[in-house]
Amino acid sequence: MDRLSPKAEEILESLWIATVEGDEVGCLLSELGISADAQELNELIEQAFVEVRGERLHLRKEGRPEAQMTVRRHRLAERLMMDILDIQGDEGNEQACAFEHLLHQGVDTKICTLLNHPTTCPHGKPIPPGTCCEEARQKGAPGIVPLTELKSGESGEIAYLAASDEKKMQKLMSMGVLPGSELNLVQTFPSYIFKVGHSQFAVDDTLAREIHIRRPVK
Amino acid sequence: MAEQNPLPKVVLVGNPNVGKSVLFNVLTGAYTTVSNYPGTSVEVSRGECEIFGVNYEILDTPGMYSIMPITEEERVARKILLAETPHAVLHVIDARNIERMLPMTLQLIEAGLPIILVVNILDEAKRLGMQINLQKLQQNLGVPVIGTVMRRKQGLAELQQAIADYASVPHKPFTYGRDLERDVTLTAALLKGEYRFSKRATSLLLMQKDTDVEQLVERGEPAENLAELMEVVRGIIFERRADLHLQISMERKKICKNMLADVVTQAEQADEPFAEKLSRWTINPWSGTPILLLVIYFGLYQFVGGFGAGTLVDFLEGSLFENYINPPVVDFVRSHVSAEWLFELLAGEYGLWTLGIRYAVALVLPIVGTFFLIFSLLEDTGYFPRLALLVDRVFKKIGLSGRAVIPMVLGFGCDTMATMVTRTLETVRERIIATILLSLAIPCSAQLGVILGLLSEVPGALAVWMISMLLIFLLVGFLASKVMPGEHPVFYMELPPLRLPQFRNVAVKTLTRMQSYFMEILPLFLFASFILWGLKMLGALEGIIGGLAPIVRAIGLPNEATSAFVFGFFRRDFGAAGLYDLQTNGLLTPTQLTVAAVTLTLFVPCIAQFLMMKKERGFQVSLSIFLFVSVLAFACGWLLNKILLTTGVLA
Repeated sequence: MDRLSPKAEEILESLWIATVEGDEVGCLLSELGISADAQELNELIEQAFVEVRGERLHLRKEGRPEAQMTVRRHRLAERLMMDILDIQGDEGNEQACAFEHLLHQGVDTKICTLLNHPTTCPHGKPIPPGTCCEEARQKGAPGIVPLTELKSGESGEIAYLAASDEKKMQKLMSMGVLPGSELNLVQTFPSYIFKVGHSQFAVDDTLAREIHIRRPVK
Repeated sequence: MAEQNPLPKVVLVGNPNVGKSVLFNVLTGAYTTVSNYPGTSVEVSRGECEIFGVNYEILDTPGMYSIMPITEEERVARKILLAETPHAVLHVIDARNIERMLPMTLQLIEAGLPIILVVNILDEAKRLGMQINLQKLQQNLGVPVIGTVMRRKQGLAELQQAIADYASVPHKPFTYGRDLERDVTLTAALLKGEYRFSKRATSLLLMQKDTDVEQLVERGEPAENLAELMEVVRGIIFERRADLHLQISMERKKICKNMLADVVTQAEQADEPFAEKLSRWTINPWSGTPILLLVIYFGLYQFVGGFGAGTLVDFLEGSLFENYINPPVVDFVRSHVSAEWLFELLAGEYGLWTLGIRYAVALVLPIVGTFFLIFSLLEDTGYFPRLALLVDRVFKKIGLSGRAVIPMVLGFGCDTMATMVTRTLETVRERIIATILLSLAIPCSAQLGVILGLLSEVPGALAVWMISMLLIFLLVGFLASKVMPGEHPVFYMELPPLRLPQFRNVAVKTLTRMQSYFMEILPLFLFASFILWGLKMLGALEGIIGGLAPIVRAIGLPNEATSAFVFGFFRRDFGAAGLYDLQTNGLLTPTQLTVAAVTLTLFVPCIAQFLMMKKERGFQVSLSIFLFVSVLAFACGWLLNKILLTTGVLA
């Protein structure tokens, strides 16, 4: 299968947003700004992704997976631009629009993993999950959670410390709160109290969120 | 100080709560403040001892977790290690947590310091089912290892022997992973200067961006070498920006684990001891809050307020001084001194004896003494860290972390001491907020005692006073946290095991605190009396009182109360005591009494506290706080007066 042209992808994207996420029944060709004999439209019709009925363009069942992935690539691109590269506003949107068409052949999976499988775009719209997200969810279920997700009495091994404040992390490390140590959560309110070895520690939720625990596999 | 023939030095280092200060006391027999709370012994204790005919100077350092300092206390401790050339460094560890504390032993050995490892609290470890083979540990580490139970002086003789026999032998270094070794060796080879720590340790600290060590190196290296060195170090830092600290910690942990593999055996643990249960009750908010209220009621209200400020003061002030000591002293002075001004200075209304010594001994000492007794008792059990975690959420709202509860509680004893302790808080923002709250809304025990005594005679007054103080405390804290720029605090704290207070520890702590308080306040009392006498003689006192009188009248108080506020400049409790005189003469209505008490509690800190503020926070900040507090005090007094008069609550 040939790769769709960027313009064809834009059409799929608009269709998905209007008909699947919105509640429109097809889109007026005039609203999409395309003529009935446009090159990109033919591309889509050849693949049987869309069909034209009267003045309206409809997304066919066959076109849905492709449309969904197009939207996904667009929103991942937005996340990448705004979160990682810190390009905000219109500039960010423009760059994302250009960038999304490059995210093919596993690049989207890589970006998605790099961004830790985000579920929404910077504008709050949902990012359709890819297979990588499903796999991560499958693996992550018993796996690693912040200390705040544990219940009192639960134990686990310290997997890693997320370092937002280096000094605090050093302090925790020098007190023996180190990856590989067994941790037992004693209490969660008003502060998180946990035991490592024969010592007890109290931390607030800011710090507790940065201690990640590997739950024992049942 | 350049001493002619300095004594060989022995430095004690280690985590908080491992018994360093107990060891210090046992070795020196001297009195030092033994602290179970990481924050109350910032100062370094020094003492001397004699072992087999040789005198040593012993230095006790604040608790540290690693030779790379993060907190102020750790910085102080590390400074000593960098500055002194000790005969031996005793690394004291808690046997129960040997695996966690041994990495610091590695660091100390690596730094090339003459280490003796003291494995303390062996008895508790045994109770937990731990068996530790110390001989094997000594073989593995390559430095002397002594097992002790310092609270019962077990192992003291062996330790003294080890100190006397100590001879530093070069040890073979602990090796890290190949990549880390390569970077350490590379950096160490470039170091040309002379440093207290070994080049290996200095390199590791440089790589971890230790600013103090960086400065040392900048001074210690020849200029042409420095540039190349720093270039290499910056390269390594960048290369390892993601996880250097973690890798170093993990490598040390691995080394320790291997070292302890054939050293520690852990048997099945026995039942949960009672202390653990009690500890759980104190940290659970549902049982912890009632326990806190019980502690406040029996400890502060009944013991300090009732026994200290009531019974003891009545006895000392009411009977002893009034009936037995004062009349003969006054008569004696009168018959021997003819000059009126001298009589006034010694035994007159504001005389050195009458106002200075009598107040200090009969009024302040019993109250402060009983407070320090309770504080030391609680401190020795390990209760304060538990209190800190209970209040952390509330304290966050006023811009502080739970850690700040200790200076706050200590403030109820002496705000001056508490202001000094605020330096253990981590951010400048926290220190300033804590300083403001201490100078504003926390009455010191002497003041508190007098005020409790005064207000308890008028029904409802105490409640109004308490609610006012609490509201102002929270409101000012809340506003300060909104206005003050800076980092928001993060809370983390180790909870030492709860333990029964040791009589000796408590006695030593109480006496040391009382002593330093007394040494500090008596001169000030005398100084204040002297000033007041001078002002009275010059006729200036009337002037000042007259100047302040309109403000005092504006908040609904009689003119006579002005002198209490003027005295308040000299010492907080002084002012409260002045109020006490007014009350006994029946010059105040319940409303006036309450307004006076609130205003006086809020009013400016005493001279000593102001000087301490200046020392800790700088002149500008202190002056701003001073003015803010003075204005706010009278504003609140004025407002409260209006409210009480309008609602007629205390009429």
